[in-house]
Amino acid sequence: MGIPVKEIPDTSIFDLRLSRRGARMNRMCSALCSAREREAFKRDEEGFMARFGLTETEKDLIRKRDFKGLIDAGMNIYAMLKIGSATGNSLYRMGAQMRGETYEQFLATRNIKDAV
Amino acid sequence: MPSRIVAGIGLSHVPSVGPAVDRKREQDPAWKPLFDAYVPVREWLAKLKPDVAIVVYNDHVAEFGFDKYPTFALGAAERYAIADEGFGMRPLPEVPGDADFSIHLCERLVDAEFDLTVCQEMGVEHGFLVPMNLCFPHTTSGWPVKTVPLQVNVVQHPLPTARRCYRLGQALRDAVSSYPQDLNVVVLGTGGMSHQLQGKRFGFMNEKFDHWFLDELEKNPESLASLSHHKIMEEAGAEAVELIMWLTMRGALSPKAKRRHRHYYAPMTTGMGLITFED
Repeated sequence: MGIPVKEIPDTSIFDLRLSRRGARMNRMCSALCSAREREAFKRDEEGFMARFGLTETEKDLIRKRDFKGLIDAGMNIYAMLKIGSATGNSLYRMGAQMRGETYEQFLATRNIKDAV
Repeated sequence: MPSRIVAGIGLSHVPSVGPAVDRKREQDPAWKPLFDAYVPVREWLAKLKPDVAIVVYNDHVAEFGFDKYPTFALGAAERYAIADEGFGMRPLPEVPGDADFSIHLCERLVDAEFDLTVCQEMGVEHGFLVPMNLCFPHTTSGWPVKTVPLQVNVVQHPLPTARRCYRLGQALRDAVSSYPQDLNVVVLGTGGMSHQLQGKRFGFMNEKFDHWFLDELEKNPESLASLSHHKIMEEAGAEAVELIMWLTMRGALSPKAKRRHRHYYAPMTTGMGLITFED
């Protein structure tokens, strides 16, 4: 048994166990670092997800744009930014959803909300 | 005369700085405080006349995927391509490397028991490029310095310890000072400061922690090297663990290096810190 990182409330710690769980999705997100693949994803999201062997649960999280669920299922945050970019969800929009707030509610909590 | 480290800079590599540069928004009220802080830094750097910048940074699943993920990866190429990290290619020129210098660093660091992944081809993204934009802006004739990218795993746990990163800096100092060519070298430690980008705690910052870290980095870096990942993540957010890369920069400097600049701005979701040292 290794030494897992101690848990922190309301926080996901991306370790090897989580990385292994999310491997299919993270591999798919890595592919989005190419304009051609981003177009393929936008054209046929279902076909794209099938190509990377995502499970039905994983596909459903992506269909629903359930960002908190995706993180819990092992998608790495930096991999998720690529899905965000391909689906028109900025980091701050994904963040607001993970906090359980609207985008406007989230912005209201910031020091200088124009630095986006 | 052999090479020497002339300066070290600790700075955040917030990705939104990239588009702010590309769209010339440096003077927008929300961005001005950050960009203005770098004006004296660039004047100071111009006087130090650096030849090479060693940039300690992390990739964000652009060049490295989790199928194979190096703990420490050093670039040993003549040039580094701009990576598309999923948001399209930024309009930036390729970044020049210094392969001979990199090869020397690899040989010395491996001899000092830092078993690096050596990359003879490597794309660079915001972790590397944002600090370059801020400290060494490019012109139509390219970038003003050569570079050595040093990529650290601060994303997929287990991560190297803060002390390991600090010691890597010390080994880097030895490696630089044994290179026979007369080069002025600047080391950039990038990432952080406090931020968390996922979970219900998204957007968490801790300005008090960040100021404490800046104080300690200047006066007491040895004790910062004892920080656990857990402590950093708990107090400053999970992604704040990037701060261990600042310790590589600090370890590469003399303990008595003089602080020259310090700045802090936390507009949105990341404490954007800046600290410079002259060796």
